Amino acid sequence: MTIIEQPKEYKVIGTRPIRHDGLDKVIGKAQYGADLKLPGMIWGALTRSPYAHARIKRIDTSKAEQAPGVMAVITGADMPVAEAIEIETGEEVTNLAHASDKLMARDKVVYKGHPVAAVAAADQNAAIEAARLIEVEYEVLQPVLTVDEAMASGAPLVHEDYAGKDLGEETRNTNVADHFRHETGDTAAGFAQAAVVVEREFELTMVHQGYIEPHNATALWKSDGKIEIWTSTQGAFGVRSSVAPILRVPETDIRVTPLEIGGGFGGKIPIYLEPVCAVLSKKAGRPVKVVMDRKSVFEATGPTPGGRIRVKMGANDKGDITAAEVDLYYEAGAYPGSPVGAGAMCALACYRVANARVDGYDILVNKPKTAAYRAPGATQAAYAVESVVDEICQALGMDPLDFRLHNATREGDRRADGPVYPRIGNLEQLQALKDSEHYRTPLEREGADGRLRGRGVANGFWFNGGMQSCVTINVNSDGEVGLVEGSVDIGGTRASIAMQAAEVLGLRAEEVHPVVVDTDSVGYTDMTGGSRTTNATGYAAYLAAQNVIAGMKERAAILWESNADDVEFEDGVFSSKHDSELKVTFKELAAKLTETGGPLAASGSIRQRGSGGGFGSHLVDVEIDPETGKVDVIRYTAAQDVGKAIHPSYVEGQIQGGATQGIGWALNEEYFWSDQGVMENSTFLDYRMPTALDLPMIDAIIVEVPNPTHPFGVRGVGETPIVAPVGAVANAIHDAVGVRLTQAPMKPQRVLAAIKEKNGNGA
Amino acid sequence: MHPFQYLAPTSVAEAVDALARYGDRARALAGGTDILVQTRTGRFDLDAVVDVKRVPELTALTLGEDGLSIGAAVPCYRVYEDAEVAGLYPGLIDAASLIGGIQIQSRASLGGNLCNASPSADGICPLIVHYGQAHSAGPDGRRSTPVEEFCVAPGRTILEPGEFLVSIELPRPPAGFGGAYQRFIPRNEMDIAVVGVGSSLTLNAAGDRVESARVALAAVGPTPILAHAAGDSLVGKTPGIDAFREAGELAADAARPISDMRGDVNFRKELVRVLTRRTLTTALERAQS
Amino acid sequence: MTTAPASQKIILNTTVNGQEHQLLVAPYHSLLEALREAAGLTGVKEGCNDGNCGACTVSLDGRIVDSCLVLAAEAEGRQVQTVEGIAPDGQTLHPLQQAFLEEAALQCGICTPGFLVAAKALLDREPDADEDRIRLWLAGNLCRCTGYDKIIRAVQKAQG
Repeated sequence: MTIIEQPKEYKVIGTRPIRHDGLDKVIGKAQYGADLKLPGMIWGALTRSPYAHARIKRIDTSKAEQAPGVMAVITGADMPVAEAIEIETGEEVTNLAHASDKLMARDKVVYKGHPVAAVAAADQNAAIEAARLIEVEYEVLQPVLTVDEAMASGAPLVHEDYAGKDLGEETRNTNVADHFRHETGDTAAGFAQAAVVVEREFELTMVHQGYIEPHNATALWKSDGKIEIWTSTQGAFGVRSSVAPILRVPETDIRVTPLEIGGGFGGKIPIYLEPVCAVLSKKAGRPVKVVMDRKSVFEATGPTPGGRIRVKMGANDKGDITAAEVDLYYEAGAYPGSPVGAGAMCALACYRVANARVDGYDILVNKPKTAAYRAPGATQAAYAVESVVDEICQALGMDPLDFRLHNATREGDRRADGPVYPRIGNLEQLQALKDSEHYRTPLEREGADGRLRGRGVANGFWFNGGMQSCVTINVNSDGEVGLVEGSVDIGGTRASIAMQAAEVLGLRAEEVHPVVVDTDSVGYTDMTGGSRTTNATGYAAYLAAQNVIAGMKERAAILWESNADDVEFEDGVFSSKHDSELKVTFKELAAKLTETGGPLAASGSIRQRGSGGGFGSHLVDVEIDPETGKVDVIRYTAAQDVGKAIHPSYVEGQIQGGATQGIGWALNEEYFWSDQGVMENSTFLDYRMPTALDLPMIDAIIVEVPNPTHPFGVRGVGETPIVAPVGAVANAIHDAVGVRLTQAPMKPQRVLAAIKEKNGNGA
Repeated sequence: MHPFQYLAPTSVAEAVDALARYGDRARALAGGTDILVQTRTGRFDLDAVVDVKRVPELTALTLGEDGLSIGAAVPCYRVYEDAEVAGLYPGLIDAASLIGGIQIQSRASLGGNLCNASPSADGICPLIVHYGQAHSAGPDGRRSTPVEEFCVAPGRTILEPGEFLVSIELPRPPAGFGGAYQRFIPRNEMDIAVVGVGSSLTLNAAGDRVESARVALAAVGPTPILAHAAGDSLVGKTPGIDAFREAGELAADAARPISDMRGDVNFRKELVRVLTRRTLTTALERAQS
Repeated sequence: MTTAPASQKIILNTTVNGQEHQLLVAPYHSLLEALREAAGLTGVKEGCNDGNCGACTVSLDGRIVDSCLVLAAEAEGRQVQTVEGIAPDGQTLHPLQQAFLEEAALQCGICTPGFLVAAKALLDREPDADEDRIRLWLAGNLCRCTGYDKIIRAVQKAQG
């Protein structure tokens, strides 16, 4: 671990306690969404479109209604009509009419797998069988499948009535939902100063978050009009604020209970099933559970976009980047809202570029509506930019980390889209990677059996989402505390949040008992996403704990018949400033709550904003079979400025997991489309995520440059690690076999074709 | 999934009866790793699943003087965990130990792999290059078919309604025999072959000439292909890289791949060349050891 | 010959985690469905329902299988072990469970039961398995959170 600034002395922060929810998870008792069983509960199943683009002419539900065990059948006609207004749902803005249409088509299906009807029946198989009996007559339309097809003149329109925007102007009859620009300096002048200019175009295809737990939801529409929802989500409050306007019921009438979640990575921020379950429940008068199958997860949830990216970058012979232009054409999917906005902000975030222009295009295609996926939009952009940076380094003969250090953004620099960086750790984390044993060890260039090796590096940036969180701490008479939070725990945040409270309260991590509760039981809390939870909810826990201490001081003052101002708290002991004999431990005082005024609970709430974000650079060695094009990752090191690692094991885990998803993206993961917009590889067999056998150990170097806007210096950690890997792998492949792969994934067929082309014997 | 009955016959005759009763609305269940997925995803609806694992012949693994008999439902792990079998039939072991992961190998059988008749099956090429014979039973009695003639189209075999695979028999390899199977997959496990190649050769007593050889190809045609010309080209030759390269070219000529999500025509043909050479090299090492 | 019409449920007699169970299941139900729905053992997870993720891994007569690819009826008279049954008694954790906790080998935890059952089968059989062998053995279990690093380390720690 590299610590940049003199750390404060902590007792709990920085240690590695066993996570609070761990035991249930290793004995199989943790309750995930699909595990829920309620009295009278029945199962739902959806009928989905086999076409990517078609008009619905007629739906006949009669056979399904008569099938054994069926208790409710619904179509789009049963769903309330949502208003066409936009709401904020965490990492994205959602148009409610689109969100509603996406759940259940009315007139037109706009992606393969688009739901057209749903059934509830006594058991799961009965529901699935009945859903197969729904007859839908379609008028099949030509699908729009790539950004280029979508932008071509005369292209079929995904939405005939949609008004797009082009640099702020409204446009009609277009599939380009939005085109925007960030500009700083004068790029023409900047390129004129360059000794080297590299311009490249890159292509990517959709990839999926690939969480192992399929989406699920259970809903009960009660006779008093209130709706109960149990679901696997990254944010229960986000579910509530999406479901309410879609079903046109007041938010107050909906209670959402987040159950354990089996991975999200951004893909479980949007809703897919909850309103459908609720409407089925209303009709059937019972709780209805739906669990998606894997094929539907791939076809009809929210992958991250493919598209096309053009990067032009110039540098002078001293190694200064003089100008850069980036054009990002991202697939939105069937509704507007790709992560191109974030991609545009991140594209050049690692570098000081005085003259820059970034254009972003959000493009409608007949594919599933994209959703957030870990640093949404940034990985695609970094793949392109980091590849071009690599080429510039080669042209200039500069070490790739020296070049990145030389041009690295630091405190006070302005990003191309406007914001000025506060204290960030970009330089420090790059230096840590340069100092790593891995980087200092020269690579043996030849592997066994004629395999060739190469090494690549890349840098990456992602923001720290701030947003809103609320935490309540209840003091128990035994001196331990309950910590009530609304942040869904996807990867150990119960621990990282409880540890921050424990630090303030002078308790051990195990003496703080975190619980994630429903939307009626804690103040509003935004979703777990945007690398915000340990930062913002941790901050709320810090504030709640401070308020507990303030309350406890008052209780001590009551005991000692003095003022709270006269009471000090240190190392778990309250003492009088005036009388050194007067001391009481937190535990002892907790036992005296009844006699000093009754129960003590305190909350902390925050709207956290502003932070420098997180930078992380990755170093990878690959080994390539030049006869088959197969690429194996043989060594991997990632450095990242995390501000302050609350629980270092889970920080390392985030870095390792992000790197691995990036490696999968780089090498093999892709949506493979038919010419009719059908995903042909919608299984874990053919959607090739890395297995344990595909990876080496992944060394995570934690760099700590404290975030000035957090009491313990925490920065967001979770998303940055997926930004660099695709570019790093591309650069390593180039280093090994001398070919520049401009299409991801860099699958064996592409690598082999590039090698053959280079050798002049392209087949 | 269309609801089906579960039948568990305990003799070949009972199994024939059960399968004949339901015709194409029934399937024999060995490891279940293919048919349960296929019926669940709606590829076909079944009225009955006939679990053949309680028929003793189907779960017997017998190594005798004449060779090896593998009951059609013997799971992969039993094949590769048998040291004597592993020593004699290395090409088979290559395949049995790379089908799926450990969980799949606990269930999946070479017989099931053969009956599933996937063009990309990992188990079929090694059976071909080990000169396997498929023994089936049906309403008209029993018959034997060379493995290379068993598959007729993707997902289709010579089996008639009511007929099922009982066992696969491989002759005992002669002295100087070596076999190998390799597939190319983008990951290191848990994938379908982009291309698979099984090779075997038998050396003369002096060990300097090939007496016979076979090369079989997976995932480059509607069924696994026995590339006759590639194997025959080696006969009488000194085994080595030049001969193996030439066999690779002939194998690529015999390949009839399509372009799909797993690979395009050029890539697959190239992989046939490479894997033919590599499997023959391994087979030679094994023949010499 | 045992027969059961598709429309009629069958009684499955099987031993799960050392206890004899009589479970009411349909002939087309998978062992996964039987364990989750009939036996209430929801530690067995469904990730893909086609044998490619390993989340539903259980041990059947000592061999690990994807329970989604086994018919419940096939477990008649056999021994099934799930994650709920791998602790040596109700109180103490299995060394693998303890190591997974100490090494932070889980994030979301959905794949954890399958990994534990699979890893236990390996260590029961090959207590000294090296890293390559562990990685190969666990290749049928997908984890999307950890990058496997800490899972492999946990298995190694449990080897002692």
